[in-house]
Amino acid sequence: MGTRTAQKALKGIAQDAIISGGGMIGLTLGCGLAACGLKVAVIDTAKPETQMARAFDGRASAIAYASAKMLKAIGVWKHVKKYVQSIEEIHVSDEGSSLFVHFGESDAGNKPMGYMLENRHTRIALAKRQKELTNLDLYAPDRIESHATGPDEVTVILKSGKKLAAPLLISAEGRDSPLREQAGISLNAWAYKQTGIVATIEHELPHLGIAYEKFFPEGPFAILPLTGNRSSLVWSTREEFAPVIMALTDRAFEVEAAKKVGDFLGKVRVTGPRWSFPLSFMLAERATDERLALIGDAAHGMHPIAGQGLNMGFRDVAALVEVLVKAKRAGEDLGSAVVLERYERWRRTDNVALGAITDALTRLFSTGIKPVKALRDVGLGLVQKSPPAKKFFISHARGTFGKLPSLLKGEKPL
Amino acid sequence: MAPVKKTRLGGNPKAPSVDPKEIENFSALAETWWDPAGPFRPLHKLNPTRLAFIRGQIENHFGPGQDSIVPFKGLKVLDIGCGGGLLCEPMTRLGAAVTGIDASEKNIQIAALHAKQSKLTITYRAIAGEDLAKTAARFDVILNMEVLEHVADIASFLKSCRTLLKKDGCMLFSTINRTPKAYALAILGAEYILGWLPRGTHSYQKFIKPSELDRYLRQAGFEIAELKGFIYDPVSASWKVGRNCAVNYAGLAVPE
Repeated sequence: MGTRTAQKALKGIAQDAIISGGGMIGLTLGCGLAACGLKVAVIDTAKPETQMARAFDGRASAIAYASAKMLKAIGVWKHVKKYVQSIEEIHVSDEGSSLFVHFGESDAGNKPMGYMLENRHTRIALAKRQKELTNLDLYAPDRIESHATGPDEVTVILKSGKKLAAPLLISAEGRDSPLREQAGISLNAWAYKQTGIVATIEHELPHLGIAYEKFFPEGPFAILPLTGNRSSLVWSTREEFAPVIMALTDRAFEVEAAKKVGDFLGKVRVTGPRWSFPLSFMLAERATDERLALIGDAAHGMHPIAGQGLNMGFRDVAALVEVLVKAKRAGEDLGSAVVLERYERWRRTDNVALGAITDALTRLFSTGIKPVKALRDVGLGLVQKSPPAKKFFISHARGTFGKLPSLLKGEKPL
Repeated sequence: MAPVKKTRLGGNPKAPSVDPKEIENFSALAETWWDPAGPFRPLHKLNPTRLAFIRGQIENHFGPGQDSIVPFKGLKVLDIGCGGGLLCEPMTRLGAAVTGIDASEKNIQIAALHAKQSKLTITYRAIAGEDLAKTAARFDVILNMEVLEHVADIASFLKSCRTLLKKDGCMLFSTINRTPKAYALAILGAEYILGWLPRGTHSYQKFIKPSELDRYLRQAGFEIAELKGFIYDPVSASWKVGRNCAVNYAGLAVPE
């Protein structure tokens, strides 16, 4: 046996949890755990400034009402407040039909359905919050060179040579999570043969906080309100059309986009670049392994049809924070199977159910087949006239359905 | 670091509280204490609920700790019938100096081995409460969780608990009520129908009504300061603390 110092040198810097991936979900989890008193390390391969640059991510995301409550509770919201546009109403329509469903504030108890926020501002806010939290360390740019799972902890060696140890390792690495692959967790995945194109527009007339979702046979088209007279477009189209649309000149793209938008916003101008990404659905076969938990896109990805991808990630965060903080306060081993099982159980039903609903919606609304279209128009008409059905969709849009972790109610789990 | 203290009193002590049949039962299962899917699964399920209860009660009694992560710094805790150490390890992480005792030598070996794996310093001894009471060891907190229903002579056992407890200390207890509902759930349900627990884990005659426990505690010099039910919710498959003490119940006893 070596000397005491030799042993100490081998020991990693002790943490309560190590999070691989410092994107929107990874850093939110880090901030959540740290705000509740846990000691956390987040590792990311990218330089922090890269993530915040305008060119890195031009997308905007819907932040459900419940997700916003969590961001408030963990001290992130104060940094984004002035960039947030509230969604007062949602208007769903089927192209070529006069029927539509309208969800308004009166259906949601006079509170907003949610908010629109450009991802860049969320990333900047998280970085600010990370610096405020003394028990949240960010290792970036850095990467996990190797990790070893022992009976009581996971030891992680970083490319920089630093060594960390914690009872639990969490992958917030996104869709292609290396930790998930190394753990041998398989995926159920399929592609929709659709591509999402995202762009920001400026328009002459105010959007009045209304979000529009229009269904076209080649995929849904969403106009989501941003601050000022600006909106974010999410244009889903068949994958073979996407390269053509992406290759259009700015002027031609603007003309096509304006046609899709319609004339209710007045003159439309596209600002900034376009982004495209393939749309697919995937669900990891399980969200935990030995001393490992998956969150966000590492565990599941879904069609942005209902604007729920990021919010499902936030729900993972809220559930995992609650499970870990309660376990910490009870003196339990945070990476033990009994603790991780609580997280797996909590998230499983939620993710499978919402994944299935969005998948069904996508298929239902992405077809031009006449009888299907006729049926779904009947369905839209029924939803519009049925308060319980509206309530169901609203609670999903606002993220207030199911058994809620405390953070989604705006409280810290204590 | 020496997590295990070897003691001359090891082995199966013949103290009045120790039931040899019970020791045999638990020793046979000792290897599986830390398997969350094994025979002690119900105890793993109950653990977060009883740990939260224990923490709340100790904080009520002594006032909240300064550090919410290690609130029990400076407290000497004795866990009687510690089994594989399912309570000793969390209490140690919360900052307490923990001694775990069990009448089964096998349990103590498993507990000590696991503590070593977890890199936690816990004093484990295979000794009966009565025998420990003859030593100078005294504690701020005694944990008597899921133990009373396995004890042979409750009066003698609680008397030694009183001796082991400091004057301003407190004792947590939990056990099973002797009601038809408890028989149906804890024995028929848990052992025979659902197979959660090995058959013979519990015997109905040893279940204790709260009124009987109250009498035993008074005789031993305690009074009950808190009494709550541990209630299983089959829908969420988890335990809750509530008012209904018809099956599992728990409480806090303090020296009179």
